Amino acid sequence: MAYSDKVLDHYENPRNVGSMDKDDASVGTGMVGAPACGDVMKLQIKVNAQGVIEDAKFKTYGCGSAIASSSLLTEWVKGKTLDEAQQIKNSQIAEELALPPVKIHCSVLAEDAIKAAISDYQAKQGKESTSKSA
Amino acid sequence: MSIDLKQNYFALFGLPVTYAVDRAVLDQRYRELQRLVHPDRFASAPDQERRVAMQQATRINEGYRVLKDALARGRYLLELRGHRFDDERNTHQDSAFLMEQIELREDLAAVRGSRDPFAALAAILARIGVRLAMLDTELAATLAQDGIPATALTAIQRMQFFRKLAHEAEELDADLEDGS
Repeated sequence: MAYSDKVLDHYENPRNVGSMDKDDASVGTGMVGAPACGDVMKLQIKVNAQGVIEDAKFKTYGCGSAIASSSLLTEWVKGKTLDEAQQIKNSQIAEELALPPVKIHCSVLAEDAIKAAISDYQAKQGKESTSKSA
Repeated sequence: MSIDLKQNYFALFGLPVTYAVDRAVLDQRYRELQRLVHPDRFASAPDQERRVAMQQATRINEGYRVLKDALARGRYLLELRGHRFDDERNTHQDSAFLMEQIELREDLAAVRGSRDPFAALAAILARIGVRLAMLDTELAATLAQDGIPATALTAIQRMQFFRKLAHEAEELDADLEDGS
């Protein structure tokens, strides 16, 4: 199967590979896996006091399309508010990377990963505010 | 002889519709069914009968493939109960489980560089084997309940991850044997 130029670019020069401290209160971590292909994606976001995503990192174990989907997503979410990032749809990723139908699940993985990272961050903030008020 | 092509695979093989399947009985039924529709028996039969026998043989082979395999059988049983798997949309989000998957991937990637690649790979394969056996037991227990238990769907997903890992480990094993 031929990868698109954009997939190849992200695959060969992945952006924002790495990891952040998952115990940092300003970091949200999303871990998702696709059972059908065994791919596993870890996506982390660092959120500032204004609710804007300052930085994003990923680590993906899987095929080129999964790596490209997460690489692209980390580029997209930087500078976005949590609400804006929450709106990103897998179809936008699939379209940007020209993913073939059999690789759509890679973009689904990326969408679920950012949603999971956001809810992890929000759960941490919720816990903090309760412990502060308590 | 008549084999109803519309009956489910369990019925086709005369087995109860359960996850636990007696492999010896399944194998024996498979041979009996194969004999019934063997092309040799239809060599001089009219085209129509030959075609039907061929369709039946295909159905029998497919049923055997599904019933003898834990993962395929579990999925099939849930489909019979009305579940529709959407593999494109289906994601797993248990962090601890996924961390273990990543760890195993990293172990697998480190095999080639290790002092004794065969021993390292054997240890990984053994670990995968143990986890697959545990998931098999878990699936049997959860599918003993009626309906579509969420625990069964989770066990199926986990089995898929471990199957994929097992496949990669076996490929690496073959490469090592080849000396490549």
